Amino acid sequence: MLFKDFDPIEDKLFQVMDNDGHMVSSQWKPDITDDFVLESYKFMLFARTADRMCVSFQRQGRLLTYPPNLGQEAIACAVGKQIRPQDWLVPAFREMGAWLLKGAKLSDLFLYWGGYEEGSRFSDTPYFLPSAVPIASQLPHAVGIGYAAKYKKEDRVVFAFVGDGGTSQGDFHEALNFGSVWKVPVIVIVQNNQYAISVPVRKQTASKNIAIKAIAYGIPGIKVDGNDFFAVYKATQEAVAYTQSGNGPVLIEAVTYRRGAHTTSDDPTLYRTEEEEKSWETKDPIKRLRAYLVSRGMWKEENEPPLLEQYKNEVEKEFAIFENHAPYSVEDVFKYQFKEMPDELRQQQVAYEKFLQWKEKNKEV
Amino acid sequence: MKTTVMTMVQAVNHALDIKLADDPNVVVYGEDVGVEGGVFRVTSGLQAKYGEERVFDSPLAESAIVGTAVGMAAAGLRPVVEIQFSGFVFPAFNQIVAHVARLRTRSRGKYGTPMVIRMPYGGNIKALEHHSESMEALFGHIPGLKCIIPSTPYDAKGLLISAIETDDPVIFMEPKRIYRAIKQEVPEEKYTIPLGKAKILNEGTNITVVSYGALIREVQRAMIRAKAEGISVELIDLRSIYPIDRETIAQSIKKTGRMLLVNEGPTSYGVGAEIMAIANEEAFLSLEAPPARLSGYDTIPPLPKGEHHYFHDPERIFYEIKKVVDF
Repeated sequence: MLFKDFDPIEDKLFQVMDNDGHMVSSQWKPDITDDFVLESYKFMLFARTADRMCVSFQRQGRLLTYPPNLGQEAIACAVGKQIRPQDWLVPAFREMGAWLLKGAKLSDLFLYWGGYEEGSRFSDTPYFLPSAVPIASQLPHAVGIGYAAKYKKEDRVVFAFVGDGGTSQGDFHEALNFGSVWKVPVIVIVQNNQYAISVPVRKQTASKNIAIKAIAYGIPGIKVDGNDFFAVYKATQEAVAYTQSGNGPVLIEAVTYRRGAHTTSDDPTLYRTEEEEKSWETKDPIKRLRAYLVSRGMWKEENEPPLLEQYKNEVEKEFAIFENHAPYSVEDVFKYQFKEMPDELRQQQVAYEKFLQWKEKNKEV
Repeated sequence: MKTTVMTMVQAVNHALDIKLADDPNVVVYGEDVGVEGGVFRVTSGLQAKYGEERVFDSPLAESAIVGTAVGMAAAGLRPVVEIQFSGFVFPAFNQIVAHVARLRTRSRGKYGTPMVIRMPYGGNIKALEHHSESMEALFGHIPGLKCIIPSTPYDAKGLLISAIETDDPVIFMEPKRIYRAIKQEVPEEKYTIPLGKAKILNEGTNITVVSYGALIREVQRAMIRAKAEGISVELIDLRSIYPIDRETIAQSIKKTGRMLLVNEGPTSYGVGAEIMAIANEEAFLSLEAPPARLSGYDTIPPLPKGEHHYFHDPERIFYEIKKVVDF
């Protein structure tokens, strides 16, 4: 069994494919067709195109602070591909692919990172919490959702994301503890991208890996090569089977590298070297999956430019939806704070509207 | 006295530098404060100068940042910890309410918690969720804490040095909107500003406006229009949420007969309620209009596209001043 073979106490890294796209452990290759792999590859390309464009939209002043996903696309895609319509996604904020595969529209993401709460609505898809900016605070929610599913005897799996920095928060440990005691169907995916803003993972934890923390909670943990689409896919598949059988949560540590900045406000040159950044380029998840597909005769380099052009146009179209969004109304500030607005709050809205009328009248004079 | 032009970021850095130099018990830590020098670069260069034992990156956990500071303080150190944004302080609330604020009285004075918890706060900077809140009233409500908010680089330096030197715990809230927006000549040498003293920034006769932090600048802009319309405003920079300078506020209201509090935090149970209470308790017979407040709505601050509806501009401030004066 996978989780036994890759006991985190031995600090083994679960890998199916090497950096050049060759199988290193075929016995663990997930049972998926090359067509499915190709479709996943294309999706990762799409997500990367959108992500890169978000960064440039931000640079152009058309989007606000944005956290780039560059280099981490395999995780969100391999997990996202296994989220069924009835499953929950409890996101952090750097797993764009999973958001899209769960049913978010790209325009939702633009709305959110562009400054409208509307982007957290995800009107096309249920079972999807808004992003969680306070680090790791979403994990107890995932466990609560898992409890509700179990209580209602519903067939649902909860997929929750967090980063390496998040594993230092009490909420991470409390959630795993509750989840294991309650035996809820929750999969916690830690994207270990080596940095919490500027702080490297060695200053975050003295554990030899993050997956090992699962042992203390009596649940399986596995350290996976997060840039290996097959490995993340397989580990997630096993985790789904395990947790669906009523065994409780699974902790997946997906080892990757945040090739971009923490957010567009961050400057990584302050805390890491160019050599280090370069060393991860060879492990890039898209490059690796492309090498696999090329070797299988499923893909040619020359297929790429027209596809990227097509994706760029698709992203532009979605961006136009965001840029043409209705202006933020006064009502939008007040309307959703309560189901039934207290009089106190209504009076505050009325006072503001009176001021706006005065302002308008003053303009005319 | 030699002075240098500084932003608030530089002034806070300067204060930390001075205290690290003159007190070996001072340690500075938090998320990203060491190698990177903080996400706003407030602690820039300090690790290189004082070493990793005194200026360091902590793991990502606000509760433990504050909780360990309680232990350090009880054991004789003087920690100055950073919460990266005030919106992320809540995991540490248990430590702040249950221990930071209580250890002295629980141990009948045997242990104190001489520590400073610094945090950037406030909005209108087109930030992500949880990066725009003004929750100072919460700290003002917790017995045992001092809560300080500077509005200029000069005040930031002098107040922070006092905060580090005081034997009581201080929540030091830095208005990030003006971190770099205001530059000022600041003395290079050490100086202190007493905690708990407000400052009259402008003398006036028609109305007292009490404000603090980034909004001082907005009130000053509103005052240009007020002056043009013949309204004389006395502007008080509160500087300290707790202890509150009752005397300065009361004297001013007795003189002007009118009071408006301007801040960003939610209205209900906010700082405005406290200032209005002082007006009633201390200056009731001098009042010519009901004391008023212009605070944030009882909503979370909207995401950036809605910010202009939430954060007061000088025009709104002028409008509220005029309402009180015309009462």
